[in-house]
Amino acid sequence: MNGERIDLYICDGKVVEKVDERKAKVIDASGMMVMPGGVDIHSHIAGAEVNAGRLLRPEDHVKDVEAKTAVTRSGVGYSVPSTFTTGYRYSRMGYTTVMNPSMPPLEARHTHEELNDTPMIDKAAFPLIGDWWVVLEYLQDDRIEECAAHVAWIMRATKGYAIKIVNPGGLEAWGFGRNVAGIDDSVPHFNITPRDIIRGLCKVNKLLNLPHTIHVHTNNLGRPGNYATAIETMKCVEDLAEEDNPVIHITHCQFCAFKGSDWQTLQSGAEEIAEYVNQHNHVTLDMGQVVFTDTTTMTADGPFQYGLYGLTGNKWVNHDVETETSGGIVPFRYRRKSHVNATQWSIGLELALLIEDPWRIYLTTDHPNGAPFTTYPKVISWLMSTVARKKMLKRISRRARRKSLLPSIDREYNFDEIATVTRAGQSKALGLKQKGHLGLGADADIAIYNLNPKTVDPSIEYKAVTRAFCKPAYTLKGGEIVARDGEIVKPIQGGTFWVDIKLSKPWEPSEDLKLKFREYWTVEYENYPISEDYLKASLPIRVEARI
Amino acid sequence: MIILTPKRSFTVPVGGECISPDTFAAKSTSEMANLPVWEGNKKRALGHLFRIELKTAPSESLTIRIRGDAGRIRRIGAKMSSGRIVIEGNAGMHLGEEMNGGAITVVGNAGSWAGSRMKKGTIEIKGDAGHYIGAAYRGSNKGMNGGAITIYGNAGNEVGCFMRKGLIKIHGDVGQFTGIHMKNGTIYIGGDSEVRAGAQMLGGKIVVLGRIPSILPTFTIDDIKSRVKIDGEKVEGPFYRFLGDLAENGNGKLFISQKQNTHLTPCERFL
Repeated sequence: MNGERIDLYICDGKVVEKVDERKAKVIDASGMMVMPGGVDIHSHIAGAEVNAGRLLRPEDHVKDVEAKTAVTRSGVGYSVPSTFTTGYRYSRMGYTTVMNPSMPPLEARHTHEELNDTPMIDKAAFPLIGDWWVVLEYLQDDRIEECAAHVAWIMRATKGYAIKIVNPGGLEAWGFGRNVAGIDDSVPHFNITPRDIIRGLCKVNKLLNLPHTIHVHTNNLGRPGNYATAIETMKCVEDLAEEDNPVIHITHCQFCAFKGSDWQTLQSGAEEIAEYVNQHNHVTLDMGQVVFTDTTTMTADGPFQYGLYGLTGNKWVNHDVETETSGGIVPFRYRRKSHVNATQWSIGLELALLIEDPWRIYLTTDHPNGAPFTTYPKVISWLMSTVARKKMLKRISRRARRKSLLPSIDREYNFDEIATVTRAGQSKALGLKQKGHLGLGADADIAIYNLNPKTVDPSIEYKAVTRAFCKPAYTLKGGEIVARDGEIVKPIQGGTFWVDIKLSKPWEPSEDLKLKFREYWTVEYENYPISEDYLKASLPIRVEARI
Repeated sequence: MIILTPKRSFTVPVGGECISPDTFAAKSTSEMANLPVWEGNKKRALGHLFRIELKTAPSESLTIRIRGDAGRIRRIGAKMSSGRIVIEGNAGMHLGEEMNGGAITVVGNAGSWAGSRMKKGTIEIKGDAGHYIGAAYRGSNKGMNGGAITIYGNAGNEVGCFMRKGLIKIHGDVGQFTGIHMKNGTIYIGGDSEVRAGAQMLGGKIVVLGRIPSILPTFTIDDIKSRVKIDGEKVEGPFYRFLGDLAENGNGKLFISQKQNTHLTPCERFL
């Protein structure tokens, strides 16, 4: 990565110490940059919501059609690509592991069907647990251990990987046309606040020893002045941290780093958030960078999407999911000349540049909310080059430019830091021990970029960097060459991670739970869980819980 | 002039987006014959489907003439910016899609989506046309943005859907939802219209010379006008003028012939 030349040996899909060079296939990567395969911690690639987004956007697909080739299937892009195309495009960019961060538990079957059809990458899905009725009931009575056992069942039933919390309490309120205003607002019909939900599930996460922390989309997302809510959210689990291990992941942080009292006075709150994050070790974040393009916003945050619909007048899908969560989809175009959008663009980069430790801020665009994942190389160029940033700054709204902190930031990422924010940091946060590095025993998921880190100066030659990250010379998955020069050469399945939690005593569903399923769910309790053989390539991660 | 004669009749749709003066310009007949076209799911060369003759004419702009039936050929003249296409039979769907200039004449009928998303230029259809004339692509809110479409026969539903600018003149009858979601521009209907004209329109003008069974309840009668101006030309009335669609807070105008629509006389008491 830093121009150091080493030989890398791969055998049976793993990085090994030595192989017999006479019998091995050799890839000559001299003068190129070798990195572990990319890992994406937050990208909406599958599920009922994504699929509703696909139905909503035929005009988005018509602009970006891919014909089938000898080895790949046909498909469409752009902001909500079809399943196969999603896999191919990630692989062509050197990514090998992608997390689907928002899975309504009820739609888990659909999500896994789509993930089964998303080739080339390893993936996992995070079930939305922050607004589950039963979980809220346990938390309001402070029955953390029982709640943990129940969450363990949800993880097994939905084949999930981590606890996702979206606008805690707000989604439940949305079922009654309301929202919560902050982390100490009470949730309608429950004697509980968002703070209780976040803290409760953080404790549950620790009891269950899950590989990833809780994955939180904060309250008040997308509202001016919400940076204070984001800091409150991080603060509320400060005391639950043990040693230096993170206990909370604040996702697409750009959307919750707005300062100001309304859209007219919108400013960046990145400085305050970065200051807090630099002083505290218990939190990780991802950017949720905005790129100026036409995209489709989709989140489980139903009330937020309703607000966006009101703001834009665009078409809207309200995707309400029974007693579990909610959701909404609105197409959106980020415009350079809109001071709000331009400020958002600036906030994302400010966060990434002001947070000193690259192990705790990760590159995402919250695909497709900030932009489609295919824009990552562009974001990389902005992180690596002040010239590239200045060039874009010149083209954005003057009001946003005047308020932006970017002109005062000289930091430029080096390739080491880029590797951290695009793979190593993310896999560490996800607890994927075999991903994101090329040490002995690591999965042989490798991206080889046609870029010589010794001769190229990314600060000036940022266009060459963008090109190289768009089309790696080779993408290896499990030791096999799957993509070459931006073309898929070998389609492969890719596995689905899920956590197989072992409790000290077996959990029995209460009669009350079964009754609730009968009364409030459209699916019976018995039909709810997904069996392991439903996943085409199941990759269970065994976890010993503390209860 | 370039003359294309189909070598056989087509049974499956043919993607004809390469049949455009912009693509044909400065190409020899053999180069034209090698242009790729899709016939169903088979990739073929244009010369495989058409006999191509080149007749140099003194006129400056390039003219393409299709001799025979092109009813299965889609997207003829898509994105063309200059020149002329004359189709001596029927034309398929998406004729002149995203057209940016030039002229297309169809002697027979045209399929649906003619002139969808067009920006400039003219399309003239001597026969009937299908649905979604000058419309936006499915899901998009950006319809026709300029130019003119003239249809001498009838047209189907949703003429001028999401239209933003330009003129659509239909001398025959139209189906339902004429000018749905229309923002600006003019639609003239010489014949009768089916119901729900102007649904969800925000602006622009729809003129109906013939009979319309009913006006949407979200329109309000505003005036009776003795004549209406279309593209600088005066059309004699008298016309009822309705404003709407009020459900969308719109300011579109419906001009409905008073003589042909005596059943609307009760509306006059609201004036």
